[in-house]
Amino acid sequence: MVQLLKGETGEWEIVIGLEVHAQVSSEAKLFSSAATKFGAEPNSQVSLVDAAMPGMLPVINKECVRQAIKTGLGINAKINLFSVFDRKNYFYPDLPQGYQISQFKQPIVGEGFLEIEVSDGAKKIGIERLHLEQDAGKSIHDQHPSRSFIDLNRSGVALMEIVSKPDIRSGEEAGAYLKKLRSIVRYLGTCDGNMQEGSLRCDVNVSVRKPGEELGTRCEIKNVNSIRFVQQAIEYEARRQIEIIEDGHLINQETRLFDPNRGETRSMRSKEEAHDYRYFPDPDLLPLKFDDALVQAIASDMPELPDAKRTRFIEEYELSEADATLLVEERETAEFYEEMAAGRDKKLSANWLGTELFGALNKEGLSLAESPITAESLGRLIELISDGTISGRIAKDVFVDMFESGEDALDIVERKGLTQISDAGAILELVESVISDNASKVAEFRNGKDKLFGFFVGQVMKKSQGKANPKLVNNLLKDKLG
Amino acid sequence: MSLDKGTVKRVAQLARLRLDDEQLEKTAEELNKIFTWIEQLDEVDVSNIEPLASVTGHSLPERMDEVTDGNYPDRVLSNAPDRASNFFTVPKVVE
Repeated sequence: MVQLLKGETGEWEIVIGLEVHAQVSSEAKLFSSAATKFGAEPNSQVSLVDAAMPGMLPVINKECVRQAIKTGLGINAKINLFSVFDRKNYFYPDLPQGYQISQFKQPIVGEGFLEIEVSDGAKKIGIERLHLEQDAGKSIHDQHPSRSFIDLNRSGVALMEIVSKPDIRSGEEAGAYLKKLRSIVRYLGTCDGNMQEGSLRCDVNVSVRKPGEELGTRCEIKNVNSIRFVQQAIEYEARRQIEIIEDGHLINQETRLFDPNRGETRSMRSKEEAHDYRYFPDPDLLPLKFDDALVQAIASDMPELPDAKRTRFIEEYELSEADATLLVEERETAEFYEEMAAGRDKKLSANWLGTELFGALNKEGLSLAESPITAESLGRLIELISDGTISGRIAKDVFVDMFESGEDALDIVERKGLTQISDAGAILELVESVISDNASKVAEFRNGKDKLFGFFVGQVMKKSQGKANPKLVNNLLKDKLG
Repeated sequence: MSLDKGTVKRVAQLARLRLDDEQLEKTAEELNKIFTWIEQLDEVDVSNIEPLASVTGHSLPERMDEVTDGNYPDRVLSNAPDRASNFFTVPKVVE
């Protein structure tokens, strides 16, 4: 939703563009055959190419090219059959080549878009481009008072830089865009989307303007590593800029850092000197060319993406938009749901997965993959509720047991004798005994104290140890008391 | 095209070269000679010619996505002026 901020001189609009760096899921690096796995011993996953030893030549990993094409198709973008690798020149200790191999004028993927859902409906966010480039190594600053430590394991790993158009108007929209993009690359298997490990990183461009006016001067907030931080950084940065402009000053175009501890952005002073990257085509690499057949082959092998899955869940399973959105965000959740709900009550399944299972998993700090209850097993519990074997209330107790022991629902129900009493005769006995035990309350009820009906239901349920079919209890009580 | 001393100084800075005043002047002169020589190409009319990316006609060679390299930190670090366990170390670069 477009969010207007109130300043002293009226309302301001925030204009946001995101540059996302997504690490390509591949075994080996973009231009070398060293491994990409996270968390290896320092400098163990480094080839002489990644260390930029003189005379080493880059050779492109074709899987990384396929992954970039696949991602491009996933964001509805134009795939360029001809693209060029350029050198982006700068000096930094974790960049042994002295330049990053990137794509500048002719990226592998051109314009596309994503559809996001926000509180005031759906919105299209334009994507400018996606290009392939090398990641840099890692600098560690807290190991020594006067030295920085350099680990080149990440040096040369393939990244996709995905640049949005300045179409985003609030922190909420930025969050929705990032979630959608993360969800798509995870569905495609082109990036694991892990923001903590840095597989997905985000630079945020923020400017403000009076609605309808020209774009303002922007600031770039570097390397924000969670969706929540992106939203916080935008909020803080927009207010900072409004204050500066309303005080009669100009915004300085600069690179800033977000400090999550203080919830503020601050200038990276050492980088104030304007960068001059002197891009030029890398003479070590020929242009990247492939034919449309490759694109078609990849297109024909795409999984169902979250938007399509969401629409299908709404139409086929008659789920609400909110339920469907929640279920499709992670591919694993959607798959769990479909296995669990196959041949069972769809809405009931969605509720039990969303409320009970996720509630219990969150409480234990477990992921869905670590769930002690399998999709099939939870599905069987749904069956027991649907066919009246147990009541919804008893099912919650059975669920707790299942979560602790991993035991099958039916086994628990049988072992503990929890089967719902649906025999009208047996329930009638309970009803009659409750009525005769509570003669005075019955009299009050018959004199118009309607509220007491709940009391009688409670008494019958208690006598049945929660096993009486609530519908039957209600009907029989109405009958007998009326 | 003619390069002035200020431009040469900026280019030298970007390449991390320290040139004193005398060297700057000399470098500017040399670079200008090279530019003049290259500018002869301007005489050729290329208005209807597609930019050429490579003269070899080869296509970009590709690799399979297989890990066959790495796992030799000692070789990688063998030229390091300073190291701590298997890290390179450099003067602190954080602000």
